[in-house]
Amino acid sequence: MKIKIKREYDFIEYDVDMQENTLLEVLNEIKQTQDNSLTYSSSCRSSVCGSCSVRVNEKEVLACSYKVQDGDVVEPLKNVEVIRDLVVNMDKALETNARAKAWLQEYNKEAALSHEDEKINELQSDCILCGSCYSACPVYAVNGEFLGPFALTRVWKYVSDKRELDQKTKIDTIQTNGVWDCTLCNECTVVCPQDISSKADIEKLRMRSTMAGYSDPSFAQSFGGGFGFDGSPTF
Amino acid sequence: MKTDVLIIGAGGAGLTAALAAKEAGVNVRVLTKEYPTRSQTCMAQGGMNAALGNVSDDSIEAHIQNTLKSAHGEANEEAVRYMCSEAPNAVKWLDSIGVCFSRTQDGKIAQRTLGGASAPRACYAQDYTGLKILHTLYDKCLSKEVEILSDRYLVDLLKKEDGSICGALILNIRTGELEHHFAKSVILASGGYSRIYDKQSTNSTASTGDGIAVALRAGAKLLGMEFVQFHPTGLKNSSILVSESARGEGGYLVNSKGERFTNELAPRDEVSRAINEQMLKGEEIFLDIRHLGETFIDENLPQERKLAKLYENVDPAFDLIPIKAVAHYTMGGIEVDNKSQTSVSGLFACGECANHKVHGANRLGGNSLLEIIVFGREAGKAAANFTFCDDKSKSEFDCRKEDNFLDMLKECKNEIDFYSKRSEVGELFYKNVGIIRTPSQMKEAKDVISKLKEELPLMGVRDTSKVYNTNLVEFLEFRNMLDICEVVVDSALERKESCGAHYVQAE
Repeated sequence: MKIKIKREYDFIEYDVDMQENTLLEVLNEIKQTQDNSLTYSSSCRSSVCGSCSVRVNEKEVLACSYKVQDGDVVEPLKNVEVIRDLVVNMDKALETNARAKAWLQEYNKEAALSHEDEKINELQSDCILCGSCYSACPVYAVNGEFLGPFALTRVWKYVSDKRELDQKTKIDTIQTNGVWDCTLCNECTVVCPQDISSKADIEKLRMRSTMAGYSDPSFAQSFGGGFGFDGSPTF
Repeated sequence: MKTDVLIIGAGGAGLTAALAAKEAGVNVRVLTKEYPTRSQTCMAQGGMNAALGNVSDDSIEAHIQNTLKSAHGEANEEAVRYMCSEAPNAVKWLDSIGVCFSRTQDGKIAQRTLGGASAPRACYAQDYTGLKILHTLYDKCLSKEVEILSDRYLVDLLKKEDGSICGALILNIRTGELEHHFAKSVILASGGYSRIYDKQSTNSTASTGDGIAVALRAGAKLLGMEFVQFHPTGLKNSSILVSESARGEGGYLVNSKGERFTNELAPRDEVSRAINEQMLKGEEIFLDIRHLGETFIDENLPQERKLAKLYENVDPAFDLIPIKAVAHYTMGGIEVDNKSQTSVSGLFACGECANHKVHGANRLGGNSLLEIIVFGREAGKAAANFTFCDDKSKSEFDCRKEDNFLDMLKECKNEIDFYSKRSEVGELFYKNVGIIRTPSQMKEAKDVISKLKEELPLMGVRDTSKVYNTNLVEFLEFRNMLDICEVVVDSALERKESCGAHYVQAE
């Protein structure tokens, strides 16, 4: 079986005698027996640590849960700095969590969560920060300041949690380069190995924002900029 | 680069320690060879023990007694009492920072029974308890602006003339440069050493015992290194964990003839030994959950079905799942007192790399997540206090100049491939210093390790790049693992009688 891997300057083809294996197993085999310099990240081998996300045939996957096919083309994630071969620098993407204030700001001692409350953000708290969604996001690709899919999903996780007293700060924080910048293209949902839909979470955050008195700035602008108070076009 | 408290490792123990030290009012820097949310903690599934009695009657005393029993006399009762008494507070704290624990119908934190517990005591977050605790700790660290630097590999500790620790020598994996990180105190929270068994381990490939090996070289005492817990059901080829719930829900263990050979719900070490005995007789061992039915499996064991299909190419609804018992948790580690202080001044340790004498010869399920929170906090507080109280820590950061291994590496000849040696060591230790040990097998393993240590200069790194050289990092890890192997086999040889996970067979 032959696969192509993006190295520093070009794609290199490797021939391995393996069937029914995960990409991570194949990468390990190549590194240990053919080319010690092949560089990639991995850790848990069982899809919970988020280390080994790469792109195969232009789609984001976890190397440890993807079964290799003959002719596969393997590349690093997009929209993040490539350090070497398949290893990328996640620092900037991870900073969006801090910029979005994705944490519990003020604990509500009185809030008793029910079994139903647990289900509200159970899926969102399955996120492994693998970065696949940032690689697939066309908005993050052109606007490095965009808070991005996993950070906004995390914000929704805390906003939807009854234990968070200070929901307002969170909603305030995600108005600029946040929920309204998303094009709702759904690419993040398609590539998420944990079946999380950041797009759906962003829609819920938009609803909360509207309830808090915010509105879609592009919408407001098109009215404010395009029409006068009486509705007649202004030039 | 200077800070007050330097923490090596950003798993549950390291991040908890960081938060505690920060709260005590000192500067904190956390270094990890991966990223903070990628550490071993994320793999913990089962739960975290605390005698809350939310589901049925329970008491802290019962938790203490269960823990002591499992430890086979090798635990310190005072430490166990402290950990179990603090458990309800630890869970309460995690809840207050936003951990999404599963809830009962009446709105309490849900609890389930794990092996060796007299009551449903483990608080859990579906099947992702460790993942959700780790990520919430990470979020909390962001809110407190804890400095965390990723891709930093611990090479050695820095020492003052008086022998106390004043920082760490770190390889910046991204640049290939060595960095001196000076600090008034250092906390090691760098994880266990299950990967000395190489592929015969459920653990992340990063569990190479770096912090323990480095502490040993810095003169710290280690304790209980012979105690390694083997989990009965790792998938045969990948060693990926199939959770205990598969047997809890009624799964059988069978051999090649289709015969059951043990009580599936006996303690982990007993079941692992039964499996091992069968395998030594040439049997293959399988987990059989077919009789539970496809509908039941999809509802109650979806994760297990997914893993078996992916990593073993079998569908548990219709096929047997090939398994073997594999290394899962290492009880041994750097010896620390109740304040997480090691035998070396200025050096603290917590988490799986430390031995707080709470697990003894066998860890109880649900106690590892508990330990990292309770003693992570202790370590953070104690290391912060050290920077205030200890006069020595006020002196300047002048460290002794010592040769480091990286300089010597340039002389390495590269005649022997260390990757194949790493596999061989894993297989040898699994066979000779694993579930069942005989004196002559252990002696043989000891000789092999001594020889390999001598041969290290004949091994080396083929990748010459400075930038992100994982070939180099893996070689440094291998060197650490050899040091650990030596201690494991020595302590195993020294302990003549069977005790907990250390099972000696006369010849």
